[in-house]
Amino acid sequence: MSCCAPGAELYLYQARAAQDEIALASRRVHDGLRQTDLSVPDIRCGACLQQIEASLTKLDGVASARANLSARRVTVLWRGDAPPPLISTLQAIGYQAHLHDIAAAKKDPMMSQLLRALAIAGFASSNIMLLSVSVWAGAEPATRDLFHWISALIALPTLVYSGRVFFLSAWRSLRHGRTNMDVPISIGVLLTFGMSVYETIHHGPYAYFDAAVSLLFVLLIGRTLDHVMRERARQAIGGLARLSPRGALVLQRDGTRTYLPVDEIEPGMTILLAAGERIPVDARVVKGASEIDHSLVTGESAPRSARAGTELQAGVLNLTEPLTIVATSTAKQSFLAEMMRMMEAAEGGRSAYRQVADRAARLYAPLVHSLAFLTFAGWMIASGDAHFAITTAIAVLIVTCPCALGLAVPMVHVVAARRLFEKGIMVKDGSAMERLADVDTVIFDKTGTLTSAQPRLSVKGNADADTLALAAAMAMHSRHPYSQALAALGHDARPITFDAVSEHPGNGIEARLGNDVYRLGRPDWATAGRFLSDADCDATITLTINGNGLVRFDLDDQLRAGAAEAVIELWRLGAFVEILSGDRDARVQRVARQLGLTWVADALPADKVRHVKAFRQAGNKVLMVGDGLNDAPALRAADVSIAPASASDIGRNAADLVFLRESLEAIPQAIAIARAAGALVRQNFALAVIYNVVAIPLAVVGAVNPLLAAIAMSLSSITVVVNAIRLGGQTSTRSPRQRPLEMKHQSLLGALR
Amino acid sequence: MIDFFFLVPIAIGLGLAGLASFMWTLKNDQYDDLEGAAERILFGNNDQPGLRDWD
Repeated sequence: MSCCAPGAELYLYQARAAQDEIALASRRVHDGLRQTDLSVPDIRCGACLQQIEASLTKLDGVASARANLSARRVTVLWRGDAPPPLISTLQAIGYQAHLHDIAAAKKDPMMSQLLRALAIAGFASSNIMLLSVSVWAGAEPATRDLFHWISALIALPTLVYSGRVFFLSAWRSLRHGRTNMDVPISIGVLLTFGMSVYETIHHGPYAYFDAAVSLLFVLLIGRTLDHVMRERARQAIGGLARLSPRGALVLQRDGTRTYLPVDEIEPGMTILLAAGERIPVDARVVKGASEIDHSLVTGESAPRSARAGTELQAGVLNLTEPLTIVATSTAKQSFLAEMMRMMEAAEGGRSAYRQVADRAARLYAPLVHSLAFLTFAGWMIASGDAHFAITTAIAVLIVTCPCALGLAVPMVHVVAARRLFEKGIMVKDGSAMERLADVDTVIFDKTGTLTSAQPRLSVKGNADADTLALAAAMAMHSRHPYSQALAALGHDARPITFDAVSEHPGNGIEARLGNDVYRLGRPDWATAGRFLSDADCDATITLTINGNGLVRFDLDDQLRAGAAEAVIELWRLGAFVEILSGDRDARVQRVARQLGLTWVADALPADKVRHVKAFRQAGNKVLMVGDGLNDAPALRAADVSIAPASASDIGRNAADLVFLRESLEAIPQAIAIARAAGALVRQNFALAVIYNVVAIPLAVVGAVNPLLAAIAMSLSSITVVVNAIRLGGQTSTRSPRQRPLEMKHQSLLGALR
Repeated sequence: MIDFFFLVPIAIGLGLAGLASFMWTLKNDQYDDLEGAAERILFGNNDQPGLRDWD
């Protein structure tokens, strides 16, 4: 390399490109204003809000900036053609910021609808309850009728608005010939309302409007909490920095450079790729030489060099030098898209799984409905009084309406999700938690999952401090990942100034000091091929002086924090643990030996899927932990899957859970919490069944009046909720980083955060 | 009993007022940043409502 000018030029363009990316990712609002969402993970206090808002508002073109402490996000409105330097301004005051996808941050209409439905049901149930209390207290017939009519007037719109959530879901399920928990709920609520209207018209003594509406209220609480949990996980995962590029700098035929969105890149276009960028579509290198990190794509931890003619897959990371590449396919045909297709094909683990609540509903609904019918038939035969028979049959339906069952599962899942969240683990839905509890086989990917993505160099043999300092001083002249790892070795040594340093891409660094030539790089190049011992061949990097070997370095995969502990803990939980990697056998073997695990190496994405499927066919419940694009199909094929936050976008989307912290101990913790939650769900079902066993005989003989039904119903719901909250305090001995009391102070609004 | 009938519309009216104010807070994005709101109260100069989501 003669000089660094081309690189510097591209760096400028890279800075421009980030600005272009802001423009591409922004959303037009009104009056020429554009909105950009930034994810700023370091917002921690009120003062941060002030500081961020003040410094961003001062920028030219910024109309307003609003920081959000709960979501750790900043929303900026700006006008003009070019976006203001938002990210660099934030960096200058000490906050790292990433672009946040507005699509991911968009407000969820379902959430607002649920909240509104909940508020209306709450209003209606409290007011109808007030009226009911005076009816129960023994109002005169005229007053009672009036109160019943007012109740009916309040209940009807509530049923239409708030009950919609359940009716629509029940209808969808019935139309497909299935039944879910919403079917008995809808039938119970509608029949209760219908009978109450009939009673009101005929001046009957009892109306069950309060039961119908408070049922809706309690069930909506469960539904809303369930939604809050999913929404929060979705937001947190969507907010992670995107790894796939939004666009690329394209060199047009006339020599101009334009930043195009990835979708508009066509085969044959020339792309200028700066160091540190990911390849947007499958491409071939035409100019330049660089080191390429394939770890997210193939699972190989050692970077490979690329020069003119090398084919690159979309998603690999260009590490050291700018490259000029020619696109060989569109985004839709590139490697990423192929992985997506494989993922769809691999689908299986979750679609076959039926949630506990649905399985219960399948048993529960026919049982309850035939019981109500038998009650009706029995009373018709016994007494011949059609009105009494219908009333009793409906009372059976009200009493058995799965109020507690509807809360039993979501309450536990919400508390469990909250506990996982405290440990930095996001769950995408409740069924993932149920599947996680059953896991008996854990398969780990190696690169980026068991090991951290940064390779570590270790010294082979003996080397004195001066030699290491020399190597470190040379390494500081290069951006190659090996060099950066080496440079970290000698950070406290005195600086060495060389007369000349030059980098030879794909080979190493050459430095001159006086008459001596030092070379740091590939063994055969550093020794100039003339003196190559076996030990040199085996090493990854050699430092030589005038061709004589001084010291050798070897690439080590650095285990992720907590890897060994996690494996031991998983064994303790009774799981079989294995490594399934796309990396070379020798490397996988080294990591596997360290942890005492069995391993499979050199696995292509399709091999991984086959391997996972074989395990499942043998009757195992497989948890796949992986991060790369190549793992995504296997993540889908497994019963349940976990990805680290550093995973590729596709990997994160494919996984059911994402852990945000560095330590792998999150995985046994997640399984332990999921198992505790599973036990609580079963307890809750048992509680609900016991309650039904007690209440049903009373209802069948016609001894249940509205007051009794209301009290019994609320009691069973409260029992189930209190039981679920116990999870907040459980498993507390395991980790010092938890706040066991917090859940007890959680109000509904608190859970919305 | 019939003398206290005026209490019924009052009770329902109060309930409706509560419901309406909840809907208003929801529409005004007041639940978007509960932690932030708790901190902002300590800083005097900032009492503008939350950024609206323009759709």
